[in-house]
Amino acid sequence: MPTSSLHVLKGINLDIEKGELVSFMGSSGSGKSTLLNILGILDDYDSGEYFLNNTFIKNLSQTQAAHYRNRFLGFVFQSFNLLPFKNAMENVALPLYYQNVRRKERNKIALEYLDKVGLLNWAEHTPAEMSGGQKQRVAIARSLISNPKVILADEPTGALDSQTSLEVMNLLKEINKTGITMIIVTHENEIAQMTNRIIRLKDGLII
Amino acid sequence: MFDLDKWQEIYLTMRKHMLRTVLTAFGVFWGIFMLVLLLGAGRGLENGVKSMFGNLAKNSMFVWGRKTAIPYKGIKAGKTVYFTNEDLKSIKKEIPEVLHLAGGTALTGDYIVSYKTNNGSFPVGGDMPEMNDVRGLLIPEGRFINQIDINEKRKVAVLGPRVVEVLFGKEDPIGKYIKIKGVFFQVVGVFYIDNAEGRNEVEKIYIPLSTLQHVFNAPNRISSFSLAPHEQYDPEEVEKKVKLHLANRHKVSPEDRSAISAWNSGRESKRVQGLFTGITIFVWFVSVGTIIAGIVGVGNIMLIIVKERTKEIGIRKALGATPGSIISLIVQESIVITSVSGYIGLVAGVGILELIKYSMKASQVKNPYFDNPEIDITIALIATVILVVTGALAGLFPAMRAASINPIEALKDE
Repeated sequence: MPTSSLHVLKGINLDIEKGELVSFMGSSGSGKSTLLNILGILDDYDSGEYFLNNTFIKNLSQTQAAHYRNRFLGFVFQSFNLLPFKNAMENVALPLYYQNVRRKERNKIALEYLDKVGLLNWAEHTPAEMSGGQKQRVAIARSLISNPKVILADEPTGALDSQTSLEVMNLLKEINKTGITMIIVTHENEIAQMTNRIIRLKDGLII
Repeated sequence: MFDLDKWQEIYLTMRKHMLRTVLTAFGVFWGIFMLVLLLGAGRGLENGVKSMFGNLAKNSMFVWGRKTAIPYKGIKAGKTVYFTNEDLKSIKKEIPEVLHLAGGTALTGDYIVSYKTNNGSFPVGGDMPEMNDVRGLLIPEGRFINQIDINEKRKVAVLGPRVVEVLFGKEDPIGKYIKIKGVFFQVVGVFYIDNAEGRNEVEKIYIPLSTLQHVFNAPNRISSFSLAPHEQYDPEEVEKKVKLHLANRHKVSPEDRSAISAWNSGRESKRVQGLFTGITIFVWFVSVGTIIAGIVGVGNIMLIIVKERTKEIGIRKALGATPGSIISLIVQESIVITSVSGYIGLVAGVGILELIKYSMKASQVKNPYFDNPEIDITIALIATVILVVTGALAGLFPAMRAASINPIEALKDE
């Protein structure tokens, strides 16, 4: 993919300050997913510069990228992406596994975070036994557990009804208030309106 | 480094995916299990056939005279060839390749053998001490015919187990006198024969050749030679030489194939050896096939597992898993499954072989075609290791690919 010279992003100049609550908006093909992938160190870029927490991010090895993702970033996805064979607590604890935190210790921490999203009583349940909103809250708890600098949320409310969407957005906003930078990708105006800054993308440019 | 946490993670993943774990495990188990049984059965077959040859001296042969089929030097066809004591001496002198040589003949006509009121009809052979070097009888009691018996034409007899049974029952036969065709012989030994080929061998009575020739009016008669060549000579060559030598002495055409016959264990064992080679090749062919089937099975399942786990891998990567940790997770899981189930297959296979061995022993079954099934444990272990390694490799390549793909792509995989 990167070898073909298809320019998806054609010059993005963007500063997101620590603690900001930002949303990206744009139709499909606007480049918002590519931008998110670059910000999330899931994809590399051809030219330009990207600093995350004052660290220059480019041409990282897979292992380095994994390390930065683990330490700096939290992800929230539209389809939750919980591991179906693990219960809520184990799902939340998973990022700590990759920080070599002992099982007992990380499960204890996971319970704290589940408590924060109001799902302490659901710790032993598997994702299949939960509603969409509950699953997204588990995913949010998981994104928080590694104490990230930035949370990247890709259509976090895309699979939820409007009432639940509202709850999830409120939760994300609360988290933002603790000082964690929040970047939300959405195509819903209502959701974007709840953020402090809307960045609209079209054909790889900010408009 | 032993990482308990990692093993816990592997154990939990395996337990949560019972079906695929069991399927993979069964493929490996079955491959190893069948391999062990096959190799064991092949070995059992080999041992069985080998034991049929018993104590027969390696490369032993028997030569006997029959009727001529070709007229030669003015003598019409149809003459019966009888050997003589002079033939014996002449072979000893002229053919140095022969290590052991014994002449023998059988008592002919109608006669009975009796002890007190018991009697029976048994083949009686006049033989020489060297005969035992060729045939390899077991003498559990007493002795075989010796040179003094021959020299002094002693009236002594060595009995087969069946003869003892009929004439003596539970009585000890050694030192007793039996009557053969009206003549008393003292029993000096009882022989036992491993893997006797039929009644003839267990019913036999041996007496000294010289005694038979003298007492039963068969002067200078030898009807067959038992002989064994020195090991460095080709038994078939020696057989040809002996036959030609005898043919010359008896004015038999060298082209006459039916006049002088021979049974050569070298030739027989060559044939059997060929059979073994065939069996071995077959067993290995099937074994390798089984292993390949196992490898393909394990490889297939590992491919499916990795495919199935693409999304999981994507999630793990997004959460900070390094490619190395992804690969080692999958490979270690596959190694655990294959080695544990391979070991179980090994144990089960060896267990069944031992069970067969035990029950054959317990019921005293002596099957000439199957005996003592066993397996070379090294081969079984190597096969297990091969399966484990291939299982790991089969997991490794797709795992490497999966670990290197973009997590976002993996996450899109529904």
